[in-house]
Amino acid sequence: MKKAILILLCAALPGLSLASGGEHTKLDAVKIDLSDKASLQRGARTFINYCLSCHSISYMRYNRMGEDLGISDELVRENLMFAADKTGELMKAAMTREDGKKWFGTAPPDLSLVARSRGPNWFYTYMRSFYHDDKSSTGWNNTLFQNVAMPHVLHDVQGLQRAVYRTEKHESETVKDGKKVKKVTEEQVFDRFEIEKPGSMTTSQYDESMRDLTNFMVYVGEPAKLVRYRIGVGVLVFLAIFFVVAYLLKKEYWKDVH
Amino acid sequence: MEKLLAWIDDRFPLTKVWEEHLSKYYAPKNFNFWYYFGSLALLVLVLQIVTGIFLTMHYKPDTALAFASVEYIMRDVSWGWLIRYLHSTGASFFFIVVYLHMFRAMLYGSHRKPRELLWIIGVIIFVALMAESFMGYLLPWGNMSYWGAQVIISLFEAIPYVGPGLSEWIRGDFVVADATLNRFFAFHVIAIPLVLVVLVFVHIVALHKVGSNNPDGIEIKKKKDANGIPLDGIPFHPYYTVKDIVGVIVFLMVFAAVVFFAPELGGWFLEPDNFVPANILQTPPEIVPLWYFTPYYSILRANTVNFLLVDAKVWGVIFMALSIMVFFFLPWLDRSPAKSIRYRGWIYKSALAIFVVAFVILGYLGTKSPQAIDLMLFPNVYWAQIFTIVYFAFFALMPWYTKLDKTKPVPERVTK
Repeated sequence: MKKAILILLCAALPGLSLASGGEHTKLDAVKIDLSDKASLQRGARTFINYCLSCHSISYMRYNRMGEDLGISDELVRENLMFAADKTGELMKAAMTREDGKKWFGTAPPDLSLVARSRGPNWFYTYMRSFYHDDKSSTGWNNTLFQNVAMPHVLHDVQGLQRAVYRTEKHESETVKDGKKVKKVTEEQVFDRFEIEKPGSMTTSQYDESMRDLTNFMVYVGEPAKLVRYRIGVGVLVFLAIFFVVAYLLKKEYWKDVH
Repeated sequence: MEKLLAWIDDRFPLTKVWEEHLSKYYAPKNFNFWYYFGSLALLVLVLQIVTGIFLTMHYKPDTALAFASVEYIMRDVSWGWLIRYLHSTGASFFFIVVYLHMFRAMLYGSHRKPRELLWIIGVIIFVALMAESFMGYLLPWGNMSYWGAQVIISLFEAIPYVGPGLSEWIRGDFVVADATLNRFFAFHVIAIPLVLVVLVFVHIVALHKVGSNNPDGIEIKKKKDANGIPLDGIPFHPYYTVKDIVGVIVFLMVFAAVVFFAPELGGWFLEPDNFVPANILQTPPEIVPLWYFTPYYSILRANTVNFLLVDAKVWGVIFMALSIMVFFFLPWLDRSPAKSIRYRGWIYKSALAIFVVAFVILGYLGTKSPQAIDLMLFPNVYWAQIFTIVYFAFFALMPWYTKLDKTKPVPERVTK
């Protein structure tokens, strides 16, 4: 029976379309460096100033962030804590989820783990892919996340960005009534961004700032990442030494096995 | 000290057990690389139990709290991240070790007479391990945990008449919900671990009754010296204890490398979709189980044709169950006069190699969309169908090709 199915399937093969579908927006690679404390601090400042009003990172505590990033409790309290009373509190958004839902149609998600679920490259690309779009309700759109509910909160920094499209022609041949028919389809493909009205930063400054923010999000996704590589090296060195001892012990015992 | 030992021995067979199972348990002296995985499986079992105990101290089996409690462990519990990574990496390594352990049996005929029962107990352990990891995977209450459980439990609905009621009974609700999470927690932390520990104990008892097989596939008990000690046997302790320590360290180095440097292993051990809390309204683009289930998942999805008046979905479930159950029959399917691959002909060698390839490719396809083209020429589902047939042909044709296969003469004593 199984064989019959296989034969049927093989017969059906030529009829199958060989084109694999699914267009993926190319993600820009971002260099993550958690040992760069200054970058993490700048990223934290950007996050707290621009993102934390709507997005929680509710698995993260202010004092833990301060400790890991080398920011004293006083500095955290004076400069970075706007929506909490104590430094031991979780970093919750100022806005409630209900308000978020009312204002944006969907509650802004918690971003504690965004770097782990979406990946740093996605986040970095997303933050640089907002463009001005009169057709959307917020006036903004995003090439990576079509019709996203989030407005571009960093537009005064980045400037007003416009998406430029180019026309691509695809030629395809189909056989109709024994004759070859050429068909040309035109498609609008995203080409590049253009800054319509500059913001307070140049493009490269903004990219650098988004790298810092991405760096910070990677840290927030897994604070243990700051220590686990170092500990891992120690563990492997210990095991390597242990291996030599164990191997010599085994050799000693096995001398008399022939 | 001796007096104390005598006192104990009068009341508990301590010296007897020590001698019977370690210092005077004679194992063949020619164990090779493949013989590390038994002791390593035991090591991982202990590791999972110990790390699991510490995880339960902070984990909350409640749909409203579970996801956050895992993140609490990852951030606020001292060394919690390490315990959690040891546990999550341990789960995958458990399967790596067990698969290699099973493959060893297929290489050297360790399932053959007189070790059939030993093998059967082993397969039951394997099935229990699958249940254990499936239920454990729900506990972080990530979106893939949720949808994975939803899909697998709904498979039971394929069973005629009782199916829908049965899956409802398993879930304790109409969908995967708090009741499901709580009962999976109970099964994962106590019921199945107990079963596993008992089965592993029984597995070792059965092993020590019949004695270990070896890469030559011959019985060392047939050649004994004047004292009744196998000529090719060496006491397990100290010879294999010191040897296994070396194996354990090498294993731990690989293990630690993953735990400390790549605990997600590029999405193979911890999936990106599971860093999003379970959401009943948001299905992940592709629902896939973790890698160790994907060969069977591929077989499940490869059944796309209704036949013999039975729905394709039901066939999928039947073939998936069969793909695991078929291992129980292995000792009787193999008819070769030689146990070890060393003395078998080209047919079994090729069949085993093809089976491994089929298993790996099915595993790979199980992580991909059935409609996509990831191998070549045609969509994954067709490749999965081809390799499903290969998978079952390996077992179904075994009685014939193992008999047909020309074997070499098996030596009297073990070789190096």
